[in-house]
Amino acid sequence: MSARLRWRKFLSNFMLTLTGICAFVSVAVLFFILGYLVFNGGTSVNWAFFTQLPKPVGEVGGGMANAIVGSAKLLLAASLLGVPIGFFGGIYLAEFSGATVASVVRYAADLLNGVPSIVIGIFAYSMVVLPFKHFSTLAGAFALGLMMIPITLRSTEEFLGAVPRMLREGAMALGASKWKTITSVVVPAAYRGILTAILLALARVAGETAPLLFTAFGNRFWSQGWGQPTASLPVMIFTYAVSPYEDWHRQAWAAGLVLLGLILIINILARTILSRGIAAPRS
Amino acid sequence: MKRTAMLLTAVLAFGALMWAQNALLINGAGATFPYPIYSKWFDVYHQKNGNIQFNYQSVGSGAGIKQMTEGTVDFGATDGPMNDEQLKAFQAKRGSGILHFPTVLGAVVPTYNVQGVSGALNLTPDALAGIFLGKITKWNDPAIAGPNQGVKLPAEDIVVVHRSDGSGTTYVWTDYLSKISDEWKSKVSKNTSVNWPVGLGGKGNEGVTGLVKQTPNSIGYVELIYAVQNKIPYGSVKNSSGNFIKADLASVSAAAAGAAKDMPDDFRVSITNAPGKTAYPICSFTWLLIPEKFQDPAKRDAIKGFLKWMLTDGQGYAEPLSYAQLPKEVVEKEKKAINKIQ
Amino acid sequence: MATANPTLPSAGPATGSRSFLSKLREGDEIARLITFLFATSVVLITILLVYELWINSALARQKFGLHFFVTQVWDPVLDEYGALPFIFGTLMTSSIALLIAVPLGIGASIFLAELAPARISDTLQFFIDLLAAVPSVIYGLLGVFIVVPLMRTVIFPALNKPFGYLPIFKGPSYGVGFFTAGIVLAIMVIPYIISVSREVLLSVPRDQREAALALGSTRWESTWKVVVPFAKTGIMGSIFLALARALGETMAVTMVIGNTPIISASLFSPGDTIASVIANQFTEATGDLYLQSLVALGLVLFLLTFILNGLARLLIVLTTQKGSEVTNR
Repeated sequence: MSARLRWRKFLSNFMLTLTGICAFVSVAVLFFILGYLVFNGGTSVNWAFFTQLPKPVGEVGGGMANAIVGSAKLLLAASLLGVPIGFFGGIYLAEFSGATVASVVRYAADLLNGVPSIVIGIFAYSMVVLPFKHFSTLAGAFALGLMMIPITLRSTEEFLGAVPRMLREGAMALGASKWKTITSVVVPAAYRGILTAILLALARVAGETAPLLFTAFGNRFWSQGWGQPTASLPVMIFTYAVSPYEDWHRQAWAAGLVLLGLILIINILARTILSRGIAAPRS
Repeated sequence: MKRTAMLLTAVLAFGALMWAQNALLINGAGATFPYPIYSKWFDVYHQKNGNIQFNYQSVGSGAGIKQMTEGTVDFGATDGPMNDEQLKAFQAKRGSGILHFPTVLGAVVPTYNVQGVSGALNLTPDALAGIFLGKITKWNDPAIAGPNQGVKLPAEDIVVVHRSDGSGTTYVWTDYLSKISDEWKSKVSKNTSVNWPVGLGGKGNEGVTGLVKQTPNSIGYVELIYAVQNKIPYGSVKNSSGNFIKADLASVSAAAAGAAKDMPDDFRVSITNAPGKTAYPICSFTWLLIPEKFQDPAKRDAIKGFLKWMLTDGQGYAEPLSYAQLPKEVVEKEKKAINKIQ
Repeated sequence: MATANPTLPSAGPATGSRSFLSKLREGDEIARLITFLFATSVVLITILLVYELWINSALARQKFGLHFFVTQVWDPVLDEYGALPFIFGTLMTSSIALLIAVPLGIGASIFLAELAPARISDTLQFFIDLLAAVPSVIYGLLGVFIVVPLMRTVIFPALNKPFGYLPIFKGPSYGVGFFTAGIVLAIMVIPYIISVSREVLLSVPRDQREAALALGSTRWESTWKVVVPFAKTGIMGSIFLALARALGETMAVTMVIGNTPIISASLFSPGDTIASVIANQFTEATGDLYLQSLVALGLVLFLLTFILNGLARLLIVLTTQKGSEVTNR
């Protein structure tokens, strides 16, 4: 074996080990965070947490039932806004548009992504709250939905574009229209990546506090329908974390854990329910 | 696809239909400082009056004032009274005056983290002003060491911690410093957010507490309750009568009592550096902001009912949570003022 | 990059098949129109946002003009405002965050996509995605309780004692500061890089790898020189996502950066960012000029994002040699 080959082999092993270390570090950080949350908030995650309304300080018990439901409602409505725009917009960019329109839309999406969450909140406030003169779940969902668009759009475009030309041409050769090709061949092939991106976008907005402060506001009670202010896990975490009470601090950590749990469940449900019938073999 | 569509509709329907509650929801926004006592009050009141829900969110005094002016909430709460400009703006936008109702009293204390010092340091107004102006830079400066004979102060740099966010606490603190230091008044002045000459910024009372706890040789200012709950040392401040007073419920009430006699009709008053031998010099009322004219009679009556309760039974809940009660004279005056609400 | 539209061959002479084909095309036209509307709505929303920022900062723009960019004062009492320290802080923290997160993230995604067995890769990815769901407030708290003391007691002495004469390692350190904020941001943006890059790497056709290996390259060489360039745009896209997230992050940064409008070359200096100062002061700001100056800051950030994105895109174009572009379309 020549010296050069030995070096190349060594380099290969070295670099690949390095990537393993990178992965390890990233995952280790996550487990550390999870562990910290469990350690600090685990004791507060009990049945009462999931079923009771918040209690004022000094009283034992109390929970965040309304915040859990509130977060779920917000995420649902936000997805209804953000996912279609991102998904169909991404289809347009990948399948129909010309180069200039594509760059403009992409640029706009990147810009939107970089807007601080508080500014999105302020924008949603002036668009949805001020005209109706009250805070509402819809306003919060509007703000969060906006934040979901860029990730969904860019990723949809990216993964659709990665589908090999052959697949498209094959379908068209069989007489399928462009739209049919997209829906029955291209999207299923890119499905995994797109779903990952949507779930990532959802995860991101699930933990956002600032956009909700002036849109969904907050609510110590159950929020009725979609037009009233609503409690949400991130805002509760924020309110409790900045209080001087040890018990509320623990509840804040617990809420963080529950939020992660919520996202985990959504992830699992989404992947299992939506994956049936779609074969997307890894290349 | 069909499966997901059905799932979606089911969840949407679930979200839309709600357990039938005929409760009247009244929203309020404002200061973070009184959040614990307000949440207690509103909870107790709701137990007594199941059909009235007061939903109070602590988004900050300034935000409370703004949301009131915009008409998105029914009442507000603030640690610093509205100024004339804000009152005019409210009148212009909402077509009604706005009333201030003091609820409880709070104190702002200087808290610090100095090695070897676990008790209360005696701090003079000049020392505090000098530290926060950045002119007194070492802990063993004579201005600090003088009134603290017997305490070993290190020759270390002082790390100043202030608030990064706009806050009523900052308003009270800078109000006090403006009163006792002309230099502070001209250089920095009083506001919920100022251009601090020196120091790090912490977000919220909790942020300042956290920074002070973690940073050796630091000093910051927080609401009394944060210092008490976090068990960090805080100093005694020299009041206008020359006594070093540590903040507690008694000394805060003493400060309020002094102010009660000269309470203006609109209750907008500053009680920092109040007269009185035992008065703690850095205290403040905190107010509820109620519009004079209400469109909705149900809300108006609910709020009036709550105010009456707050001034009588409600005051009893203050002290266990480390808030000082209102002086009797102020309570009487407020009861009369409730009638102004139409 | 839109796919080239392979047009269907024109219908034959039979009128029946022509109308059938034109119906097909109409369906496509509707699809094109609808998806076009969705795509342009994104642009419209962004324009609307900028418009709102623009008119709500009118007072500040009139008063300060371009000086806003270079003034260092931020005084709500005197009503004098300048954006420079915040621009600096934003750039500083985002750069640190990317410098940490990009190598780590790409390395991890390579490992997950190329080396790890499928099940392990999927499971680990699942967990890394959870990192994205951690609320920013919690990141802030973790920053305060863990990273800040770590910085003050471990990292600062380790770097300052031997290298303290360098401006970037100068003390003193209070724990909070640019470096701390950068680290917290890095942790926050890593999931985006890993998640998207891994998916893109996985979507690279197998034959590319196999061709490289067949030609005698080592595992690393085939990955680095063939697979990664193939996935380049996707990976760059993920970095854009990460950059945008870092620029706009509000809560977590504000809890660990020290909130002092300072410009300093030192990593350990406290500072402030645009997003952080807006979040801190917007809710309490009273007074039109104050409020509008904060909105003006938002506009500045927008401009910053605009420029940075443009520069990054330029970089990609310049470093992609003509002819070396790998296409599958």
